[in-house]
Amino acid sequence: MREILIVVPGPGDEAAELTAAARSLGEVRVTAAVFGADEEAAADLAGLCERVVVFPAAPGGVFDGEWAAAALTPWIAAEQPFLVLLAHGNDALDLAPLLAARTDRPMLSDCLEIGLRDGRLVGVRPLHGGKVRARVAAVEAAGYLATVRPGAYPAAAAAAAAGQVVEGPAPTGFSPRREFVGAVAAEAGEVDITQAEVLVAVGRGIEEEENLDLIRSLAEALGAEVACTRPIVDKGWLEKSRQVGTSGRTVKPKVYLAIGVSGSFQHLGGLKGSPFLAAINQDPAAPIFAAADVGIVGDLFDLVPLLEEKIRERRG
Amino acid sequence: MPAIEISPAAHRILQLPASLLQALLLLAAGAAFLWILRRRLQLLRAASPQPRLDRPGRRLLRLLVIGFGQARQPRYRLAGGLHILIFAGFLILSVRSLGLIGEAFAPGFADFGPAYAASKDWVELLVLAACATAACRRLLLRPARYHDRHATESHAREALLILGLISTLMVADAVYDGSGLGLRGETGGWREPLATLAAGLLGGSETTLLRAHLAGFWVHNATLLLFLCLLPLGKHFHVLTALPNVFFSKLEPSGAVKPPSYREADFDSLESVGVGRLEDFGWKHLLDAYTCTDCGRCSDHCPAYAAGTPLSPRMISLKMRAAAYAHYPVFGPVVPPAERPALVGETIGEGELWSCTTCGACEEACPVTIEYIDKVVDMRRRLVDEGRLPATLQKPMAALEKRGNPFGKTARQRGRWAEPDGEEEPLLPALDPGEAADVLFFTDSAVAFDPRLQRTAAAFARLLRAAGVEAGHLGRDEVDSGHEARRFGEEGLFLALREQNRAALAERRFARVVTTDPHAMNALRHDYGLERPVLHHSQLLAELAADGRLSFSPLADRRTYAFHDPCYLGRHNGQYEAPRRLLAAIPGLRTVEMERCRNRSFCCGGGSLYLFNEVECERRMGEIRLEQAVAAGAQVVVTACPFCLINLEDAVKTSGREGEIEILDLAELAARAAGLATPAAASGG
Amino acid sequence: MDIYVCVRRVPDTSEVEIEIDRSGRALEEDDFSWDINEWDAYAVEAAVQLKERLGARVTALTVGDEDDEEVLRRALAMGCDQARLLSDDVFAGADSWVTARILAAAMAEPRPDLVLCGAVSADQGRGQVGGFLAGLLDLPLVALATDLQVEEGSARVRHEVSGGVEHLVDLRLPAVVTVQTGLNEPRYVSIRGIRKVAGVEIPVLGAADLGLDPAELQPRVVTEELFPPPQGGGAEILTGSGEEQVERLVELLHEHGGLV
Ligand SMILES: Cc1cc2nc3c(=O)[nH]c(=O)nc-3n(C[C@H](O)[C@H](O)[C@H](O)COP(=O)(O)OP(=O)(O)OC[C@H]3O[C@@H](n4cnc5c(N)ncnc54)[C@H](O)[C@@H]3O)c2cc1C
Ligand code: SF4
Ligand code: SF4
Repeated sequence: MREILIVVPGPGDEAAELTAAARSLGEVRVTAAVFGADEEAAADLAGLCERVVVFPAAPGGVFDGEWAAAALTPWIAAEQPFLVLLAHGNDALDLAPLLAARTDRPMLSDCLEIGLRDGRLVGVRPLHGGKVRARVAAVEAAGYLATVRPGAYPAAAAAAAAGQVVEGPAPTGFSPRREFVGAVAAEAGEVDITQAEVLVAVGRGIEEEENLDLIRSLAEALGAEVACTRPIVDKGWLEKSRQVGTSGRTVKPKVYLAIGVSGSFQHLGGLKGSPFLAAINQDPAAPIFAAADVGIVGDLFDLVPLLEEKIRERRG
Repeated sequence: MPAIEISPAAHRILQLPASLLQALLLLAAGAAFLWILRRRLQLLRAASPQPRLDRPGRRLLRLLVIGFGQARQPRYRLAGGLHILIFAGFLILSVRSLGLIGEAFAPGFADFGPAYAASKDWVELLVLAACATAACRRLLLRPARYHDRHATESHAREALLILGLISTLMVADAVYDGSGLGLRGETGGWREPLATLAAGLLGGSETTLLRAHLAGFWVHNATLLLFLCLLPLGKHFHVLTALPNVFFSKLEPSGAVKPPSYREADFDSLESVGVGRLEDFGWKHLLDAYTCTDCGRCSDHCPAYAAGTPLSPRMISLKMRAAAYAHYPVFGPVVPPAERPALVGETIGEGELWSCTTCGACEEACPVTIEYIDKVVDMRRRLVDEGRLPATLQKPMAALEKRGNPFGKTARQRGRWAEPDGEEEPLLPALDPGEAADVLFFTDSAVAFDPRLQRTAAAFARLLRAAGVEAGHLGRDEVDSGHEARRFGEEGLFLALREQNRAALAERRFARVVTTDPHAMNALRHDYGLERPVLHHSQLLAELAADGRLSFSPLADRRTYAFHDPCYLGRHNGQYEAPRRLLAAIPGLRTVEMERCRNRSFCCGGGSLYLFNEVECERRMGEIRLEQAVAAGAQVVVTACPFCLINLEDAVKTSGREGEIEILDLAELAARAAGLATPAAASGG
Repeated sequence: MDIYVCVRRVPDTSEVEIEIDRSGRALEEDDFSWDINEWDAYAVEAAVQLKERLGARVTALTVGDEDDEEVLRRALAMGCDQARLLSDDVFAGADSWVTARILAAAMAEPRPDLVLCGAVSADQGRGQVGGFLAGLLDLPLVALATDLQVEEGSARVRHEVSGGVEHLVDLRLPAVVTVQTGLNEPRYVSIRGIRKVAGVEIPVLGAADLGLDPAELQPRVVTEELFPPPQGGGAEILTGSGEEQVERLVELLHEHGGLV
């Protein structure tokens, strides 16, 4: 049975999705590596996989790629899992390629699918911001490493049978070349929508400033940032830094949800990288529908609260 | 003949003979004046070359009309009228003033006969009245034009000082003349009212009269010389420089921007480009700064100022002059550039420079023909060369370089506007290299790619087809005209784009070029120097209507239409009539003119790269313009420029006037009136 | 201080209708326009600003062919001191791993004090080269820097971590930092700026110059086939009751990574 190590830097859906990705490869034994997890978190993980290895947290108690690589490298060398899996997020960029180099493994990055062919790891990954997909294959090796795009695999359900929880060793002889100083709170008022993966954009269809709360609360449910069209900025309802368009910011999210936005040339001019574009607008002839991937024709005041409710339901 | 010699030449002052005293005064004042002037000229000599001696005949004509004729003053009735009075007075009285200087050496020198005496007396009276009115305006009425939002100091004091000095000259001369009348036992009566009044006030005593006579004389002469020395220290330098400044003014069309260098034709081999310090300006541009009268007419007409952006054109002149005076001080050495605040970025802010739409309203308004666009473009050239381009402009600029249009669209998409859904044939054929057409339609990027503007191009194409004009476009071989790239200071990019377009044009045969974009027209005319005629679509349509090739029927609606003059059609290319002729050709069309129309038209916010350039402002120019249209009673604003259309339609939305007022391009209106169906407008943007 | 910046030429495909070529492994490039990878432009700007402030020597590197020289010119025009084009027939088909090995070999002399890379590239989006380099050079890594302050021998970096949070970390130099967009405002490079560096010589280094054995340069990942993503072309307008529409929308949002 193949051994698969999933590395879970923090809590969230990640572990369940990674487990699902791992199990999609057939009969596998899944081990989860976590850093400094408490009992409860470790038990949650144990509901998903056969084994949980709890490594000591890095100094500072936060995830630290350098520390994680130092802890995991000898462990991987000793246990030789067939595949090391991470969720393709910021933490993975900080750790995965470094770990692949240290453990000398071929790495597939940002996969929408992973699979096996003749014992080798293959995958499907997006190129050019999602406009094309590539089937990629790793060359034959003793073990592999891959990162999987969040959302690509539906989260696996936790099993009743709990896996075992063991402690992992601290890296030996670790002398930090990188030290955690502190977390930085986002500066108030200064949002950077250009970095956001998911944006909820609001336009004049929102009618009143007070109604923006509908959008804010939807964005919160989605884990998205709020963006807007220029008239919303003109009215002083949202900061200029949230304006998308030729005279605003250029954004390249993965998902763009446009609500009450007509889809003017100037607005869409700021949307690059072919995101998945969803639109809610009551006018079936609105130009936004010509650009969108999916649309709902209807009144946002009915649809937005419903949408938020469904999202929260889904999140549990 | 009176019993005593009354000519001041015969009287010693402080033991000194009058001629000696006058000579000493002249010498001192002359030395001081020349010393200051030398400093002023030193900067002009250090400045960059600027050829402004060509076409002397035309220059003289301008001098007569705008200089001596004061042709631009009446735009402001009261202030302009006052200035014309003061200027006329200045001309008439300068003869008198010189006479009085001569009088110190030769008795009777100032006597130019009774006719002159009478006229100069009346003029003095009028000038005094003008001074009093001007002072009242400054002190009591305080017109907004004199208080620049961005000014850090008020120039009111200087203005009052000068008015005071002028009044002193008038009063002193009146006292001199009045006492002369008294001493000679004459009366001036209505021929010399001011002198008569002075004589009456002075009374009859001979000693008093003589004292007053001498006092009036010397106060006048000393004040005159003091005045002379004060001129090059402040804004009244214009008294000396205005006429030369008009003579040396730009004769090229205002839509043509100056080349980066007059010395070196090859742009790439220039050592530095644009203006980064005072001396990089051409000498005439520095003379402009000396000449600015701080009247504020430029800023009063400037849309960027009205919109509350950081720009006020007058402040550019004033800041340049302040820098010139500070770095070339009257005493002490020239301040080396390294020790000065940066001219571009500090003295003149980047925000100011990026706010200018190059609409030309300021230049049209300035009574002393001061230029702004070339200066702004030159300073932007330096900013661009140093990589200081506003962030929102980087993407469109890069797209212009890589893709030939600011939207980053592919060349393949460029001709698609001519193939709207539901049409079997293209509305207008794309000409392949080697092909010919009578008229070549140059669309330029915005019209080619913006769906809203594509509709105007389609309307125009339908009109051409209906009129049987054999026309075509460049298709995927056209790239952006580079009009705004050049005006944003990216000369290298402009040159590259021009080369591509020139090559595309050279491969095709055509008699005339037409464009719906005045910016493109301006570029093709003045930046490309295209040999064949370049028409604006308003001209071609008006021509077709006049020839009967297009005929219009009355529109069903009873709305009132107003034409908005695009800056690059009107002010920069002098075309005011063709669009109006076209409107007049539509039977029964009710039109009104906005107050600011024709050469006073108010810029709607600028085109092409300006659409990407969001400058900080209080109100958008388009909204202000829309309000002016509403005030004129318009229900439809007809434009003849793609960007006016975009900006004004945007203003309709942002000021919540949807359904109240409509914005149309001339071509769309003409197509309606010609009964050519255009597909219904899509909602939204 | 020696700073290396790794840059890459990428196509802008935002307005292009993507077509896969006959090999099935590459795209029709007719409508592509090429430019420096956006993230790399921030990395170059960061390096040049460090040079302006602290006086470093900045070397720009790219792996590619003569067409890719263009991005090195851009880097030079922005203020890099020198550039190296790492080019060889045996580099063809390099994956991120091989690319990182070539880059690491080019940093053998002088040893870097700081290596800056863009965090990802716009076309491939793999985000690997910086991390591989850190592994190959045995240097510490920080990914996704949004602020970078360098002092004698150390750097304080603000960087993005998962969960929408940023951390401040101190790095002992030498180190590898991958750069997130927004770290600075990359300066504009005018056409004239590019032309001014047109004459600067850019050495071309091949495998032999870098002391690399072609046998070591076997890619670890190969692209077998490109294919268009499912669906596309105009909006799918959802039907059914409001409830059904919204449920389907949630489904689609999740599929595309919209629930984070
Ligand atoms: C120079 C220039 C630069 C510009 N730059 C930008 C820019 O950078 N960014 C930008 O966004 N704009 C820009 N604009 C403005 C742009 O042209 C559009 O006017 C703007 O984007 C429209 O914003 P909107 O979609 O919010 O408003 P609208 O166009 O008014 O659209 C509102 C939409 O909401 C829908 N709606 C209304 N009520 C409801 C409801 N109850 N439920 C569902 N739908 C509803 C309507 O059907 C309509 O489609 C620029 C304009 C100019 C002239
Ligand atoms: S050209 Fe127009 S915008 Fe520029 S300064 Fe003059 S009036 Fe103002
Ligand atoms: S530039 Fe001309 S219009 Fe403007 S303040 Fe000076 S003199 Fe008056």
